Amino acid sequence: MSISSTTIHWFLACKASDVPHNGGVCVKYGEEQIALFYFARKDQWYATQNLCPHRKQMALSRGMTGTVKDEPKVACPFHKKTFSLLDGRCLSDEGECALTVYPVRVTDGLVYIGVSEETAMVAV
Amino acid sequence: MKIVVIGNGMVGYKFCEKLLAKSAKTSVELVVFGEEPRPAYDRVHLTSWFEGKTGDELLMASTEWYAQQGIRLHLADPVTAIDREKKTVQAHSGILETYDYLVLATGSAAFVPPIPGVEKKGVFLYRTIEDLEMMTAYALHARTGTVIGGGLLGLEAAKALLDLGMTNIHVVEFAPRLMPRQIDDKGSLLLQEKLGQLGLKVLTSKNTKKITGEDHITGLQFTDDTFLKTDMLVISAGIKPRDELAKAAGLETGPRGGIVVNDQLQTSDSSIYAIGECALYQNMIYGLVAPGYEMAEVVAAHLSSEIKAFTGFDMSTRLKLVGVEVASFGDPFSPAGNCHSIVFEDRLKGIYKRIDITPDGQQLLGGILIGEASAYNMLLQTVKNKLALPPDPATLLMGPPKEGTPAGAGVDALPDEALICSCESVSKGAICEAVTAGHESFDEIKKCTKAGTCCGGCAPMVKDIIATTLKSQGKYIRNVICEHFTYSRQEMLDLIRIKSLRSFDEVLDHYGQGDGCEICKPAVASILASLWNDMILAKGNDTAQDSNDRYLANIQKGGTYSVVPRIPGGEITPEKLIAIGEVAQKYNLYTKITGGQRIDLFGAHLSDLPLIWKELIDAGFESGHAYGKALRTVKSCVGSTWCRFGLHDSVSYAIRIEERYRGLRAPHKIKSAVSGCIRECAEAQSKDFGIIATEKGWNLYVCGNGGSKPQHAVLLAADLDSETCIRYIDRFLMFYIKTADPLTRTATWLNKLDGGIDYLRNVVVQDSLGIGAQLEGEMQALVDSYKCEWREVVENPELRRRFSHFINSPEEKDPTVKFETLRNQKKAAEWK
Ligand code: SRM
Ligand SMILES: Cc1cc2nc3c(=O)[nH]c(=O)nc-3n(C[C@H](O)[C@H](O)[C@H](O)COP(=O)(O)OP(=O)(O)OC[C@H]3O[C@@H](n4cnc5c(N)ncnc54)[C@H](O)[C@@H]3O)c2cc1C
Ligand code: SF4
Ligand code: FES
Repeated sequence: MSISSTTIHWFLACKASDVPHNGGVCVKYGEEQIALFYFARKDQWYATQNLCPHRKQMALSRGMTGTVKDEPKVACPFHKKTFSLLDGRCLSDEGECALTVYPVRVTDGLVYIGVSEETAMVAV
Repeated sequence: MKIVVIGNGMVGYKFCEKLLAKSAKTSVELVVFGEEPRPAYDRVHLTSWFEGKTGDELLMASTEWYAQQGIRLHLADPVTAIDREKKTVQAHSGILETYDYLVLATGSAAFVPPIPGVEKKGVFLYRTIEDLEMMTAYALHARTGTVIGGGLLGLEAAKALLDLGMTNIHVVEFAPRLMPRQIDDKGSLLLQEKLGQLGLKVLTSKNTKKITGEDHITGLQFTDDTFLKTDMLVISAGIKPRDELAKAAGLETGPRGGIVVNDQLQTSDSSIYAIGECALYQNMIYGLVAPGYEMAEVVAAHLSSEIKAFTGFDMSTRLKLVGVEVASFGDPFSPAGNCHSIVFEDRLKGIYKRIDITPDGQQLLGGILIGEASAYNMLLQTVKNKLALPPDPATLLMGPPKEGTPAGAGVDALPDEALICSCESVSKGAICEAVTAGHESFDEIKKCTKAGTCCGGCAPMVKDIIATTLKSQGKYIRNVICEHFTYSRQEMLDLIRIKSLRSFDEVLDHYGQGDGCEICKPAVASILASLWNDMILAKGNDTAQDSNDRYLANIQKGGTYSVVPRIPGGEITPEKLIAIGEVAQKYNLYTKITGGQRIDLFGAHLSDLPLIWKELIDAGFESGHAYGKALRTVKSCVGSTWCRFGLHDSVSYAIRIEERYRGLRAPHKIKSAVSGCIRECAEAQSKDFGIIATEKGWNLYVCGNGGSKPQHAVLLAADLDSETCIRYIDRFLMFYIKTADPLTRTATWLNKLDGGIDYLRNVVVQDSLGIGAQLEGEMQALVDSYKCEWREVVENPELRRRFSHFINSPEEKDPTVKFETLRNQKKAAEWK
């Protein structure tokens, strides 16, 4: 077992009520774009980079969410490549790059996304 | 053990794959030399390059694969000499490699007959991707094309010329008929007729004397003193094995070329093997990929100390030549007297089938299928496994077997050893085993057995085997939507209607599991829209819409959207044209006249969409539903108001039709057109439903489409008055909406419909199911509840909020969106 030493910086993304049920929105964080998804049926939140690695399109937040064998995923609106929201790996094409995923926390109706300290330093 | 492979074509590649599968990676050192600049690619599907497949997509494996397997791959580096004494090969680049065993997989080259003038510009061969690139460049300045050679490769080349947009294409064949080695006279003649209908002219018994032209080809001079003008020429008159290297090294070659090999594929030097199209086995060159793969298997086995021998290979093939199916199996030329032939011919449909059976009627010897070959797999298996024939063997030929009910004995009757995928040599037993082990879909079977991954010809049979195996385990496969709903679309529609469900979540609660996905969400959303016509972005249903429907616009390269206002029938006033121009100017949009008689405005930022729509709505426009699986355009010709031939006012009727069905959501998009006379300027016969004026009224055609598999519409009813015509369209569309599978256009739906157009005509015109009035009523309800979706967004602040890129910075546009300039307008920046 290893203990990660990176510190996570939590920033306020938006209100929980801003995010459509079973869909996504795009959150701006410095120069970065993060896609945030809400699975209302299970009350679960996920966040990934907004950039689809396939053709480098800023679009994942506009993709359709869903599950495959209970694993949450999102389909890019461009060519429907699908990515796991748990670990970001591409589910439809083994050769495709994986997404960066971010932890999400919801307190008092506010959504926070966790970025590791390094990212935070670059971004702020 | 060090093995050097010369030639990185399909067979050379397959050898590497098979050898590595058999031996521990560490025990062999594998070095491959290839003359072509890219690693092995799928030559069999070369022609699909013209249909948009890229070189990369055709690759058998990427260069990374070779690296991962520890193979040293030298590309664009032909071997120039073999030293058998020292056991070394010398490559063009100067690289010298020693070997323990050498495998020659040098393939073949196109055979070029010695016709004076073959060196002229505009004369091409058809074998490599580079050949295709050169043809494409030259075709820009050429209009007419010719192919020398009427065999399989020649017809592939002719298809390429068609795809390149050449006209007046001729195929010149020396023999008195096409494909003389594969099919018989009658079959040949029928094929020739079919190709003629597709615009290919076939000249047989023609001997080319010379190719004319100064520097560039201008035409062909034949020995019978006739002349054919042409701008480009592809020579495809046969193949010539690449044995030059072997010959120079003193290996035995055949008098007409080819490296002589024994049952183990060894050449006259036992440490050198030859496989694929360069090998001459028992005086035979096998010009197909499956025997080459079998040879690769035998050598890989031999080098891994397994016992296996090559004993010849069946030359049965099933091909699609210029869209015409052609198959021959077993021995297609059994001598008369030793067999009894059954022939089925339908000149009208262009179908010819012949099977030869033993005089006692017990066994199938071989045969030919042209125009319709769905029985091929089953017939081939019947020959190969000497299956008993049905009491009346003619039933093997009669009509296309219905999907899922194979002719003859069916896959059940096949023994486990039956070879189903001959490219990858996968037996029926292996497929059944994999299914039993839990690989229950075609995709999974492809992954774990490789069956169906090469030419794909066995796909229907593999699917049948999966189905019957599952069935034998008591599992029934149904045409279900996806893992979340175990119902067909038609069943779902009925369930949702009966329970009056109105949102995706309700449907999921009642009939599904999990959270849905990108397949079932749009399918259910479309059913809901077809049933209730609620605003599609109503809460809960918005995120179930396909991405384009969710933003009521098509997403385009770079992440901006296009805006297509409805312009019914293509008719527009100058005022409205000006309004479109002003909006485009204000929001800096690229404008283009579409192929659907309207105007598309491209490059709109997400947050500008509601603003643009508002201005368009104020000028009298509404959504054109260019993003939806819904009615798109009803094109019209100018008709009797201006045209001297016009019989009726096609524009008014087109507008009436478009306004009636606007916004109608369906399993797939629907297009229509109205022509004012039989000259058909609106192309109504290529539409889901099309209307053509006659002296007495309107002819209604249905189930046509353009797209990648164009199909002409068929006449449903003739000489209708305007009201009846609309009633029939109501019934037709509603029946389609209720019964089609998701994402199935009307043409594909009709092709699968039991009973075909006759059944459809019975339902729509004769009202044989007694549901005519109900269908009309349901359609009227949809027509009455139509609302413009754009307007609803513009007027609803809650919905409008969804149209911004950043949730935490709504005013800001996506800063990564980039444009370039082209002909004074903007265009999306290239993909990265
Ligand atoms: C704009 C236009 C091309 C043009 O510049 O002329 C166009 C553009 C697109 N077509 Fe098309 N098609 C256009 C006329 C056609 C036509 C011609 C016609 O309608 O007369 C056809 C062949 C006729 C037919 O459909 O039967 C056509 C066959 C397709 C197909 C293949 C459909 C098929 O059944 O095989 C697709 C793919 C699909 O729908 O799944 C497609 C899909 C597309 C999409 C939506 C692809 C996409 O998702 O980005 C394109 C984007 C449109 C946009 O506005 O951003 N487009 N497309 C034409 C818009 C017509 C209009 O006013 O609405
Ligand atoms: C348009 C077209 C359509 C076809 N359709 C079908 C079909 O439908 N069904 C079917 O079964 N078959 C079809 N074929 C035939 C099939 O493609 C061949 O049987 C198959 O490619 C043979 O594989 P191979 O590896 O033996 O030869 P190739 O694929 O020709 O590969 C040989 C390779 O060796 C290289 N080489 C030669 N000499 C040297 C050297 N000295 N050093 C290094 N490299 C060298 C060549 O450049 C080439 O890359 C088709 C072929 C064409 C061209
Ligand atoms: S507009 Fe139609 S034909 Fe043209 S590239 Fe897009 S989908 Fe293909
Ligand atoms: S850009 Fe995302 S799938 Fe192609």
